[in-house]
Amino acid sequence: MSKDTEKKGITSWIDERLPVFTFINHNLRDYPTPKNLNYFWNFGSLAGVTLVIMIITGILLAMQYTADTDLAFDSVERIMRDVNNGWLLRYIHMNGASMFFIIVYIHIFRGLYYGSYKYPREILWMLGVVILLLMMATAFMGYVLPWGQMSFWGATVITNLFSAFPVVGDYIVTFLWGGFSVDNPTLTRFFVLHYLLPFAIVGVVALHLVALHQFGSNNPTGIDVKSDGDTIPFHPYYTVKDYFGLGVYLIIFAALVFFAPNFLGHPDNYIPANPLQTPAHIVPEWYFLPFYAILRAVPDKLMGVLLMFAAVAVLFLLPWLDKHRVRSAQFRPYYKQFYWLFFIDCMILGWVGAMPAEGIYVTISRAASIYYFAFFLIIMPILSRYEKIGELPSSISSAVLSDKFDKGTENYAK
Amino acid sequence: MKVMILSPALISGATSDVKLMEQKWPFNGIFGRFDESSLQRGFQVYREVCAACHGIRHISYRDLKGIGYTNDEIKVIAADYEIVDGPNDEGEMFDREALPSDKFVGPYENDKIARLANNGAYPPDLSLIVKARANGADYLYSLLNGYKDYPENFEASEGMYYNEFYPGYQIAMPSPLMDDIVEYSDGTEATQEQIAKDVTSFLAWTAEPELEERKSLGVKTLFFLILLTIMLLGVKRKIWKDVE
Repeated sequence: MSKDTEKKGITSWIDERLPVFTFINHNLRDYPTPKNLNYFWNFGSLAGVTLVIMIITGILLAMQYTADTDLAFDSVERIMRDVNNGWLLRYIHMNGASMFFIIVYIHIFRGLYYGSYKYPREILWMLGVVILLLMMATAFMGYVLPWGQMSFWGATVITNLFSAFPVVGDYIVTFLWGGFSVDNPTLTRFFVLHYLLPFAIVGVVALHLVALHQFGSNNPTGIDVKSDGDTIPFHPYYTVKDYFGLGVYLIIFAALVFFAPNFLGHPDNYIPANPLQTPAHIVPEWYFLPFYAILRAVPDKLMGVLLMFAAVAVLFLLPWLDKHRVRSAQFRPYYKQFYWLFFIDCMILGWVGAMPAEGIYVTISRAASIYYFAFFLIIMPILSRYEKIGELPSSISSAVLSDKFDKGTENYAK
Repeated sequence: MKVMILSPALISGATSDVKLMEQKWPFNGIFGRFDESSLQRGFQVYREVCAACHGIRHISYRDLKGIGYTNDEIKVIAADYEIVDGPNDEGEMFDREALPSDKFVGPYENDKIARLANNGAYPPDLSLIVKARANGADYLYSLLNGYKDYPENFEASEGMYYNEFYPGYQIAMPSPLMDDIVEYSDGTEATQEQIAKDVTSFLAWTAEPELEERKSLGVKTLFFLILLTIMLLGVKRKIWKDVE
């Protein structure tokens, strides 16, 4: 008893001066959350967990890695062979990058489907796009570090893209390389930035969460929370749901790490970098393939580069391209169809990105690129003006209940 | 299946289009393990045949413990190789017998000499070769068994050999294996296929010496995670029971 009050005393003493416990209580415990979130709402916390996993394994790997063109490849092999559990750390980190992108892409497609980018969550969405950009830069530079063939040639191809810019292009490329080709200065700066940027991501993630908690989560109906009956406290409902989701996620992650660690990688990256020998096909990691496809779909190099960047940049404009007053695709019959077409389109882009840029693949990549941009720049504005919708449920609770009721009558009819 | 299509590992352009001679490797699959006697035979093949031109520079002699050799045997194996050490207190470099802690001594002092000795072609280091090729083990096995005479009308280059599994079909390495090119002390019949199989297994081990540990830890980890997740699902259902 006395121990208990003493503990309370310390907690409240601290909390009065530094309200950490109030903060935790407010944001992770009482935090009112729509009660109808489906499993697609697990992916935010999964992304957070993955970021932590990547930072921890990354720091441990950095203790053993040597950023020098003569030593980098061998230092990675030393990690794989001679460092205790080094193979485990590296395979987690390497596959973690892929898992991170899978999670974040699903997270983005979730937002796209349920209109999570709309008022009042525009800044929340834009911060998410910033995180995506930082992730892409980080992943790209991380892939260079083992200094295998794909590391070297991937770095050469991607950094060379900047030479497409008129006048300043060559200057930018030299500046990025720290020399006149991808070489030791490039490797060392990539290593430094690869270590630095994840902490920038942590910062933006914090802002992302602040923006999220300003209005709370969107939900599958896209209807605002109207009363306390629409919400449940975050703990224990969503903590346990997130834990369960995490369990499923870790099973898939572990299966990849332990049984197919090189499945998503390219065998050429186990050949040490050789500036005198170009691989037959230079392919980026799978998570860049859709953007790589857009780049190669355009015959003009500069236009290709601009469109590739625009493919991400267009996401910033999303809240203003889609001004339809209904958030969720559930209640937007036309948007829903274009959305799924867009999803398939991204898959196709990923697939042609891995194919040689010749023959039918070029045609497919062009058609797919056109739809990619048309979806955002033409279809969305038109739909926001003309798409008619039926009656919306009056609240989250009534939506949930009528859903249950519908299912009930269906069963009854059978 | 989508992931299969997207996997860049399967789209490596640098393969020929002939179907590989797929083998049942004991180290494939969730419970895959190396066959130790095959690894030892493969090591013998490496030493007596491959090592004339190819190194395995990521492997230390002490690593041979992983394929079943004792410390004493490893010392004897290492002592067969000579390496340059130094400088000593007089400032001189000197030759000494290799120790278990040394990496395998390669056949050539440097790349230039290697090329000079091989008609301009560089015999790659084999430590990672199985990981550095798509479907590495099957590819290597097929390549070792894939030598044929030049087909008619094929424009053959000087000093090159025809191999139907090699990208471009012309390889600078002459067929390295034939029946009885090694004599196995354990009585295994040394057919070319058997030799190819053994040396491929050995090189699969040099590429992934952690494989057995990885897979056995993987099975335990998955078992734990699946159990944990089922329990979490139970807790989740219980907590959510009353939410309307």
